[in-house]
Amino acid sequence: MNDVMILGDVKEGSLDIRTLELLGVGKKLAGDLGVGLSVVLMGDAVSTVAEQAASYGPDRVYKLEHPLLKGVNPDMWLASLQQACKQINPKIVLLSHSLIGMELGPRLACRLNTRLTTDCIDLSIDPEDGLLLRTKPVSGGNAISVFKCPGEPQLATVRANVFDPAEAADGNGEIVDMVPEIDESMITVESIEVVKEEVVALDKADVVISGGAGLGDEDGFEILQDLSKALSKSFGSVMIGCSRVAVDKGWISSDHQVGLTGTMISPDIYIAVGISGAIQHLVGMIKSKKIIAINTDPGCNMFNVADYGVVEDYEKVVPALVKRLEELS
Amino acid sequence: MKEIGIIVCAKQIPDPEAPLSDVSVNAETQEVVVDAPPVISPFDENALEVAIRLKEELGAKITVLSMGKKVSDTVLRKSLVAGADELILLQDDAFEKLDSHSIASALAGAIRKIGEFDLVLTGRQAGDWDSGQVGLILGEILGLPCINLAREIKVEDGNVVVKKVIPEGYERVRAKMPALVTVSNEVGELRYISRTKMLKMLKGVGSIPSWSAEDLGITLETLQKMGIMTLSSPPDMRRDCQFIEGTPDELSDKLAAVFKSLR
Ligand SMILES: Cc1cc2nc3c(=O)[nH]c(=O)nc-3n(C[C@H](O)[C@H](O)[C@H](O)COP(=O)(O)OP(=O)(O)OC[C@H]3O[C@@H](n4cnc5c(N)ncnc54)[C@H](O)[C@@H]3O)c2cc1C
Ligand SMILES: Nc1ncnc2c1ncn2[C@@H]1O[C@H](COP(=O)(O)O)[C@@H](O)[C@H]1O
Repeated sequence: MNDVMILGDVKEGSLDIRTLELLGVGKKLAGDLGVGLSVVLMGDAVSTVAEQAASYGPDRVYKLEHPLLKGVNPDMWLASLQQACKQINPKIVLLSHSLIGMELGPRLACRLNTRLTTDCIDLSIDPEDGLLLRTKPVSGGNAISVFKCPGEPQLATVRANVFDPAEAADGNGEIVDMVPEIDESMITVESIEVVKEEVVALDKADVVISGGAGLGDEDGFEILQDLSKALSKSFGSVMIGCSRVAVDKGWISSDHQVGLTGTMISPDIYIAVGISGAIQHLVGMIKSKKIIAINTDPGCNMFNVADYGVVEDYEKVVPALVKRLEELS
Repeated sequence: MKEIGIIVCAKQIPDPEAPLSDVSVNAETQEVVVDAPPVISPFDENALEVAIRLKEELGAKITVLSMGKKVSDTVLRKSLVAGADELILLQDDAFEKLDSHSIASALAGAIRKIGEFDLVLTGRQAGDWDSGQVGLILGEILGLPCINLAREIKVEDGNVVVKKVIPEGYERVRAKMPALVTVSNEVGELRYISRTKMLKMLKGVGSIPSWSAEDLGITLETLQKMGIMTLSSPPDMRRDCQFIEGTPDELSDKLAAVFKSLR
């Protein structure tokens, strides 16, 4: 069939924005190769999202419905995805670099005996051999590498928030039912319970105030919380972020982490408090419209990427700022 | 109960947290050059810490595997000082810039050669190429249950029980051992080892076994390179920073004005 095939992510009953981004880049690659575009959707009930996906103009939407595909059991999803690849025989397979994509990608690559490139920020076709050119930041973002690998399908996971999402198109894709052959005996990792925690949707924030090792202890986040309250009177949604070190030290949970292995964000304002500006942190916040850095070290790297800098102990300046903002409001 | 066998895969990499002024890109050799001593990749240190805690709790034999063209045993010996029982280096000129599948195959060869084990731990991703593949591929090759992104790992009655990171919080999952788990930083940092302890203990460490491709029964043709076409510097991220100065009170006035202008 030679299609470009993408795996859709479903969030709260509708297509995740990441899938629209995959549709965007998938359409471009399919056009360059002169082949079709397929979307694979998996779950216990995906009819509504399948119709939604079809409205973005792929050639085909494959619907894999099965009670065992409810939630995300990697063993079940992997087996189904592998079967879908076998039937569709795609030339290129794209997954998003989401938690599930990160998990399925390498295992799928191994099962299909092909090579995967993860977390790609650009994809194109080499006109000479039709293989996928995979652009990926490496070394935390200190360098950008382009890879080309043999094997079929050509396989990549795609970073979020890089490609423009597809727009709803005319032409309605055909919806094809596909029955995955899975059963419980194929489950090697058993789910005991899913524990929902209050997680911040950092990528939805207008303002993010992040704390790092420079906070010195857990209480530092309370000071940031005060600032958050003060700022939320004038700005829409203000949330607390952090660096990895703050998570490592157990001061805050990892859903607040900004960066390469945390969340990638582009708020209107990013305030970095006691964060040095390591490359793995920067790649997660560099797209912020305005960056304000508070740090005792005038030579720290965060000042190189900031719009406004304050060289001062945060414990002196932040409480004073909170007081001032409260007086003004 | 019999003590469990834990294999930790730890990669030696250029320090990913070195100051940016010490990092440069050599497009010709396709390498990121870091002017600082190499380190154990950070998430692999997290994996080692998990192994040592399990050893303290249940008793375990910890074997550390590290593979590369040339692995410095001074870097990796730290794992022995921290609490690992055995370090095996997989070294061969042919092990340069291999793709994830080839690395995983070689590690699998070494693990089969070791024979008995209950748990294989890897980092979630290595801090040099940020690939995040070798662990899961290794699990697939060995035919093990695979659990990705552990933030807590326990062993109970022959099972590994893991709190695994998921978008809405965490999922508690269980797999029969032997199993493979990739470790995320939430498990906690590798315990601190003082310099004096390090120097003292290092003296007591004997010679470290080193296995070549041949020792692992790997034919060189099966090893594939990463397929790097180009390696280049990233786009410049610098902005013109306007420094705000004064006493804390003056600073807060000026910052409040900045926020007002950004509304
Ligand atoms: C593969 C990999 C992935 C990674 N992923 C991420 C990621 O997603 N996100 C992330 O953040 N990191 C990530 N890291 C870690 C990253 O390399 C850095 O170690 C980390 O970002 C440093 O955190 P920090 O800036 O809080 O700490 P530090 O680098 O220790 O900086 C602390 C700063 O606080 C300042 N300071 C101290 N006291 C005060 C005070 N009283 N007031 C104001 N300032 C003060 C200091 O001058 C210093 O600049 C990753 C690393 C690797 C290898
Ligand atoms: N050369 C290597 N030697 C030992 N372990 C490795 C090696 N390469 C990768 N690993 C393990 O696999 C994990 C993921 O690596 P990667 O897929 O390269 O990001 C690492 O965190 C290590 O635990």
